Amino acid sequence: MDDPETTYDDSTPRWFSFFTMFWGGVGMLVGLWAALELAFYQLNGGEPWLTFGRLRPLHTNAVIFAFGGNAIFAGVYYSTQRLCRVRMFSDVLSRIHLWGWQLIVVLDAVALLSGHTQGKEYAEPIWPIDILITVIWVIFAINFFGTLWRRKERHLYVALWFYMSTVLTIAVLHLVNSACMPINMLDSYSAYAGVQDALIQWWYGHNAVGFLLTTPFLGLMYYFLPKAVNKPVYSYRLSIVHFWSLIFLYIWAGPHHLLYTALPDWAQTLGMVFSIMLIAPSWGGMINGILTFKGAWGRLRTEPILKFFVASLTFYGMSTFEGPMLSIRSVSALGHYTDWIVGHVHSGALGWVGFTVFAMLYWMWPRLFRTELYSTKLCEYHFWTASVGILLYITSMWITGVTQGLMLRQASAEGTLVYQFIETVKILHPYYVVRALGGGLYLAGLLMMAYNLTRTALAGTPSDERIPVK
Amino acid sequence: MNHRYLERKSLVFAVLMLVTVLIGGLVEIIPLYAVKATVPPLKGVHPYRPLELEGRDIYIREGCYTCHSQMVRPFRDETERYGPYSKAGEFVYDHPFQWGSKRTGPDLQRLGGKYPDAWHWLHMKNPREVSPGSIMPEYPWLYTQQLDHTSIAARMKALQRLGVPYTDQEIATCGDDYWAQVGTIQKNLQQAGVTDLHDTPEILALIAYLQRLGSDIEWR
Repeated sequence: MDDPETTYDDSTPRWFSFFTMFWGGVGMLVGLWAALELAFYQLNGGEPWLTFGRLRPLHTNAVIFAFGGNAIFAGVYYSTQRLCRVRMFSDVLSRIHLWGWQLIVVLDAVALLSGHTQGKEYAEPIWPIDILITVIWVIFAINFFGTLWRRKERHLYVALWFYMSTVLTIAVLHLVNSACMPINMLDSYSAYAGVQDALIQWWYGHNAVGFLLTTPFLGLMYYFLPKAVNKPVYSYRLSIVHFWSLIFLYIWAGPHHLLYTALPDWAQTLGMVFSIMLIAPSWGGMINGILTFKGAWGRLRTEPILKFFVASLTFYGMSTFEGPMLSIRSVSALGHYTDWIVGHVHSGALGWVGFTVFAMLYWMWPRLFRTELYSTKLCEYHFWTASVGILLYITSMWITGVTQGLMLRQASAEGTLVYQFIETVKILHPYYVVRALGGGLYLAGLLMMAYNLTRTALAGTPSDERIPVK
Repeated sequence: MNHRYLERKSLVFAVLMLVTVLIGGLVEIIPLYAVKATVPPLKGVHPYRPLELEGRDIYIREGCYTCHSQMVRPFRDETERYGPYSKAGEFVYDHPFQWGSKRTGPDLQRLGGKYPDAWHWLHMKNPREVSPGSIMPEYPWLYTQQLDHTSIAARMKALQRLGVPYTDQEIATCGDDYWAQVGTIQKNLQQAGVTDLHDTPEILALIAYLQRLGSDIEWR
């Protein structure tokens, strides 16, 4: 046994990685079931807990906070120690963070399935769980900033800037949006009402995308991609410019979720304008990542990990183009409330977030077990299966979204509506089946990875890396 | 300032970062509270009656907002299909708001009064009976789980603390109003020929809420 002072804590990222896969499987299975329910309504079996209205929040909570959250923690714990060349600040805090987060996930799942929710999207956890989230997040923050404080490396690398922005901003968003008046030990009412509640909710909701599904994953990309490619990041200057502009602009964009609603016009316009500007720093990150491949493009043929990185950045670029477009009022008028938005979210979530996680795990996991990846071929299969899955998913959602949007506004020569709402629902069925198929393929890919990494772990030994002496 | 300097000072970096992030949120959120004109008061808007509040909590419990919006946008096709577009002043007692973000089913903001109570009774039991081709699930448990008014006072109290103008008197006697409204809906259902109504199932509260939606302004 090594002296803990001279080794990195690799046990924490190992566990977080394991839970990333585990909850990823659970969350995606729930999502698949919910998707199937839209194609075959009978699948709730008359059970309240199995009905779409309860499964959908469980799906989003599980994939965002359990799959995404654990992946962030795995990568942050692994890379922060190495970027600071020091062990994490406190092993005790690491343990509390690790197990506390899993407890939150389990409690939230039970609460949501039994119908206890705050009724605000992506902020559904009930108030006692919100308090637990706050406590665990503060522990994470102390552990993270404590590590920065004790670092042996003079400069903070760009990945750490992104992690810092995540740790601080998520804390602010969570505290403000979760403010509520408890009714009893489980339920509560939002402290805000109507228009104010809507703005605060989407300020939160959009920046959960910004600071939980974007900045931490950009940070992970900035650490793991150059490692995997074995080249330095393309441009240091670009990383400074796009970091500061991204975190400044992101926070304004929330009202694009509320275009043409009862929210005051000036707030809608601010949201739209800042959303459109957001394309610049988003693409700055994408370009910086992709150009890091300069001189290594040939390796894409043989290394599926690099394929995952390139595809994830491509999806990032695509969804950060689509997002600003959807934020234009006239586009939102058509696309809002339709499946187009669902497709947009999934091109970001499955393509950008998911593929970054897979690339990171395939690279990091064998190193956490001091061995090689069990099967590169299976990794390659995972890449193609998941890619086909995403394409089926988002194209079917584009079709349903645009179709429904156009049908609903169709007027006859006399000025009357041509279609009943139900008519737009009926024609969507085949696309809902295709969407479920796409999601199913993506889940199948995840299972391939789980098998591959399990075999990898069995062939290796879980041990902690020694800290290199300068 | 040289960025290299910032990268050596984690605390300064963190503070600057936090300030950068907070600006946008403050600029957008504060005026919404400070400027009265952002939510013009509307005549006729009043807090939910106890049974309607119970129904609203069931609506939230079942995640209805995951498939239905409550926000009619100011477009011709939407006002034609649903009714007058939504106004900010209509939502002042909605903790939380339920505008939603997805219309797998139609918007519900102007649902109140569109159909008789018996339509909702049939619809929630089997949506296809009144809306052929619907992909909405069935909600059989709303017809077996029984209403219980005992927690409603605590909920009204919580809302009162948040500024909803329930009087202490209304809260003290909320049970009376609750069961009175249950009785009205029961009577409506029986008159419409519903024969399988036994006791006081939760669906009655949900019907009360759905019939209230968007009806604070006079338009029908």
